Amino acid sequence: MLTYQVQPKGAVSPGINTCQGCMIDVIFRNVLDVMGPDTVLVIPPGCAAQFSGCGPEASVTVPGIQGNLENSAAIASGIANGFRHQGNDHTQVVVIAGDGGTVDIGLQSLSGAMERNEDIIYICYDNEAYMNTGVQGSSSTPFAASTTTTPAGKPVNAKDLISIVMAHRVPYAATASVADIFDLRRKVQKAKETKGCRVIHIMSPCPTGWGYPSAKTVEVAREAVRCGAWVLMEYENGAIKLGRKPEELGQPQKYFALQKRFCGAGEEEIAKMGAFLTERYEYLEKLAQL
Amino acid sequence: MAVKMFDGNGAAVEAIRLARPGVIAAYPITPQSSIAEHLADEVAAGRIDAEYVRVESEHSAMSVAVGAQLTGVRVATATASVGLALMHEVCGVAAGCRVPIVMPVVNRSLVAPWSLWCDHSDTMAERDTGWLQYYCANVQEILDLTLCAYRIAEHEDVMTPAMVCLDGFFLSHSMQRVDTPDDEAAWDFVKPYVRKNMYLDTNDVMFINDLCPTDEHSEIKYQQYVGFQEAARVTKEVFAEYEERFGRKLHTVESYRLDDADVAVVTIGSMSGTGKYVVNQLREQGVKAGLLRICMFRPFPAEEVAEALKNVKVIGVVDRSAGLGAAQGPVCTEVKAACCGTSSKIFGFCGGIAGRDISDGSFRKIFGELTDVAEGRSETCERWFDVKPNAMNIREVDVPC
Ligand SMILES: Cc1ncc(C[n+]2csc(CCOP(=O)(O)OP(=O)(O)O)c2C)c(N)n1
Ligand code: SF4
Ligand SMILES: [Mg+2]
Repeated sequence: MLTYQVQPKGAVSPGINTCQGCMIDVIFRNVLDVMGPDTVLVIPPGCAAQFSGCGPEASVTVPGIQGNLENSAAIASGIANGFRHQGNDHTQVVVIAGDGGTVDIGLQSLSGAMERNEDIIYICYDNEAYMNTGVQGSSSTPFAASTTTTPAGKPVNAKDLISIVMAHRVPYAATASVADIFDLRRKVQKAKETKGCRVIHIMSPCPTGWGYPSAKTVEVAREAVRCGAWVLMEYENGAIKLGRKPEELGQPQKYFALQKRFCGAGEEEIAKMGAFLTERYEYLEKLAQL
Repeated sequence: MAVKMFDGNGAAVEAIRLARPGVIAAYPITPQSSIAEHLADEVAAGRIDAEYVRVESEHSAMSVAVGAQLTGVRVATATASVGLALMHEVCGVAAGCRVPIVMPVVNRSLVAPWSLWCDHSDTMAERDTGWLQYYCANVQEILDLTLCAYRIAEHEDVMTPAMVCLDGFFLSHSMQRVDTPDDEAAWDFVKPYVRKNMYLDTNDVMFINDLCPTDEHSEIKYQQYVGFQEAARVTKEVFAEYEERFGRKLHTVESYRLDDADVAVVTIGSMSGTGKYVVNQLREQGVKAGLLRICMFRPFPAEEVAEALKNVKVIGVVDRSAGLGAAQGPVCTEVKAACCGTSSKIFGFCGGIAGRDISDGSFRKIFGELTDVAEGRSETCERWFDVKPNAMNIREVDVPC
């Protein structure tokens, strides 16, 4: 049974020790606020595991389980099926997992859950590296970004999670950003109202791993959207709807300059990244017109 | 009670059906595949009222099982060999979160090299993961032990998952007569699943398996240790109740003609029947031979083993896995530790690897060596009793130096 030593505002306890300027806290608060108390969480290891609690102390007011790094979607599938078998069609099962736990080691179980169209909501907060273990590169780390395992800058592009998700033809998927919490909440609400396997991919810049002052998380997230490094979109019933067109599509100079992880990127890398961002956006635009 | 014909996998499926799981997740692997298939058939035909989750790996099968059972339903899964190895990480979660899942494991060798056939390298590698382990001697026992395993694993003093280990092909694909309780009698014995301790319910909030500080981790492990201690007692109680209800005696360890034995083998799994057959032959020839079969390997019944073997002069323990790098194979290590205060001479034997038959000839050879030691003709025994004499030349590659 949960007893309160501190009455939290909302579903998340105060004093979670994520780094200063980290927005994972804001993601948890808003997701749980929209989802409500009839929600069960699955959290794998990663920075989000701060929200699993420690020892006998919980960090959230909803029940949950911390699984393994690679099986969040499978544990969630089990929970959803257990509820269904017992006639519980109201409790929502929500995963909140990092990019590593999603696009790398957890991709297999997520793919299985999407193919089976399990009745779960899978939220990936993307800080574009393995942050919890010390900023190692993940397959979500963008081209040219320096991490502790790509010290000279990553030589290849990030995996395209939302395209992988769309290839599974799930009933609802979306990208969101901590730069636009209203949009994020709206998408979580939409997911809540949809049945089946729903996936939301949220960019969550990381001051510690990306190398920018902790007050600038929203600014960095906004710049990512402005240059197309992060594309806001929704996928519903097989159709893609793109958000507002990036004002500075293909021009990541300002975005790069804000962060130390790109300090090794020269003009050539910036131009290459710019071309890639434009190409990807135009490709998505074509898909959206289908 | 009806007599039905089942192969080992069929008996496992029947026991699972009788226990009425609500969620099933299994991934096919030889020689377990027909369990995954027949469970799907049972669900499709409405004979099991369950959600069948067609998972994409064994890692996910165990993950689905843990998640589902934490909501308060009994789950079913089964695996073999590398499938069990892939599950290993999540088997630890089931054990540490005290989720009492019952899982038939169809014993098959671990790679490399690839083999489809039986040995115990898969389940022996899991022996310290925090699961109870029962090894079946025949198909009847697969049904009996699986039904009992639900009661033992789910007992409030135990709360520990259980593997029911059955030898691949030797049992999984061997058609035998099985006395099968009817549905209501079995249900009255197994009883509905009742969630205890940890569960996921939005009306009673708890967060399961968060980071546990060093300050508490030993205590959680100690709780599991106590669960195993209790499991030894509860196993006997459940076996006694099973015998009372269904008339069949089950054993944690089974002594066979050991009372006055000078030489004895310790066996585990399906080789035991052949061992008994050879004991009978030797007895007819005047050799005081005996056998001890270990059925419950976790918790290891050390006191019973020591008691049963205390008067035997020379003992051979047959391991069906190589136990590479260890002083002895896993079963022999346990038996030696259990008998360390006795004057018996104990020798480890290793064979039956990857489906090699442990035949009556194998047992005669082992007993011959034990008798030679007992009668002073030799000091030691050959550990790899069925290995070919040209072992070191198999696949030899000439590398010029
Ligand atoms: C099987 C396994 N391998 C490695 C780890 C170690 N590990 C813990 S968290 C983590 C990084 C996770 O990265 P991500 O999912 O992106 O989350 P973040 O830490 O960035 O929030 C790793 C590699 C683990 N827990 N399990
Ligand atoms: S390392 Fe990054 S993602 Fe992790 S808590 Fe700190 S700021 Fe947040
Ligand atoms: Mg990450």
